[in-house]
Amino acid sequence: MDDSLALFIEIVPTLLAAVPVTLVLTFLSAVIGNTLALPVAVGSLSPHIYLRYPSLFYIFVMRGTPLLAQTYLIYYGLGELFPGTWVQQSFLWPYLRDGFWYAIFAFSLNTAGYTGEILRGAILAVPKGEIEAARAYGFSRFLIFWRVTLPRAIQICLPTMTGETILLLKATSLASLITVWEVMGTARQIQKVTFRVYEPLIAAGILYILMVFILTRLMMVVEQSINRHRLASV
Amino acid sequence: MDTTLKVEDLHKKFGAVEVLKGVSLEARTGDVIAMIGSSGSGKSTLLRCINLLETPNSGRVYVNGELIRMKPLQDGTAKPEDIKQVERIRSKLAMVFQSFNLWTHRTILENVIEAPIHVLGLPRKEAIERAEILLAKVGIAEKRNFYPNHLSGGQQQRAAIARALAMEPSVLLFDEPTSALDPELIGEVLQVMRKLAEEGRTMLVVTHEIGFARDVASEIVFLHKGQIEEKGPPREVIGSPKSERLRQFLSATRH
Repeated sequence: MDDSLALFIEIVPTLLAAVPVTLVLTFLSAVIGNTLALPVAVGSLSPHIYLRYPSLFYIFVMRGTPLLAQTYLIYYGLGELFPGTWVQQSFLWPYLRDGFWYAIFAFSLNTAGYTGEILRGAILAVPKGEIEAARAYGFSRFLIFWRVTLPRAIQICLPTMTGETILLLKATSLASLITVWEVMGTARQIQKVTFRVYEPLIAAGILYILMVFILTRLMMVVEQSINRHRLASV
Repeated sequence: MDTTLKVEDLHKKFGAVEVLKGVSLEARTGDVIAMIGSSGSGKSTLLRCINLLETPNSGRVYVNGELIRMKPLQDGTAKPEDIKQVERIRSKLAMVFQSFNLWTHRTILENVIEAPIHVLGLPRKEAIERAEILLAKVGIAEKRNFYPNHLSGGQQQRAAIARALAMEPSVLLFDEPTSALDPELIGEVLQVMRKLAEEGRTMLVVTHEIGFARDVASEIVFLHKGQIEEKGPPREVIGSPKSERLRQFLSATRH
């Protein structure tokens, strides 16, 4: 027992050092993925089949296949494409050699699919009357979307998106399988060096719980400021 | 007097059902036209065809003498020739809805300045000044920073009226503005509307408030099955209805 505790204390700094990697993975993937979700959602609601079908197909594929499979496909698939081409000489190569950016790419595309579907539902849930009011006051279609539909839809789906971001945070552990040393990868590394199975896993688990807790708190603040209108009378 | 709004021979079908069967209407500046009739008579549809929330199958709508150009389609419906023209004309026809339809993610003040800033291109400062005067006028100045869901139905509808007035519209379209309100809240909204009528605003009001129509309207139009069955000054239409249907309608509504 003392033994375990000593090991714990020994490995925590190493794991803590990996926390920024996990957080950056989560943050960048969430920002890029949620931004990409907007055209996906809008496309999936388009009356033009050339926009709608590809968007719906994208959502279908991203939600229908394991994130690990997507990550592997992108890392090994794309990774095989570039060496020996002009890319190897270009300024992009240092990035394209690194599993980190493939992980960001894979997680972003996956998030775009999931959030795209959530946003699609939220857009459909915006009360028709509010959109009609904007039409009646001479808003253009773009203005209606930008000033009424989108902000209302984001309000509606924000709690779900918080949940998605937490799932994403935990899903970034998959990056460890493509050589990214985030918290989970580092824990596995420690396992190999120390021949101890449980302590590194438990320590990593505690760090994930802490990160999720802080993220949840942060999102609560965001939700409250965005959903002021729902709060009880001031 | 100038003709602010003119509707000629308006037809509207929903599928096979013809809801409007050739309705014509004219509002001169300062007219308050009350449209009454049982549900399904087409009065709300008529109002919504004027600002093209519904697209009429045929007929002409003129606002300040300008015809809304429509293009007939193969299947018997029609569509606007120029959506920009429609948007410009809509900004002169402010509508007040039965269910208020305030933008719930914006405060009352933001609701009132939204369209003047983004549609009319008014500077924000000017829009706010205008909004504050209007909110005071409808009696909810102190609610300016509240969200719509924090207000009573009557207050929300008065905010919606302020939102309409902020457009400085040529015509105000009211679509059953008191039908969604609790009985004790109807009075405050009608009182505001009465004030607007006295100011000489041009108003088209679909309503079930026969008393209001009788006291405030300059003309009453009674719709029945998509046609104008009877119209005229309130005293004649309510006082001595000519058509049997109108007599039945009036006795059924018990005013």
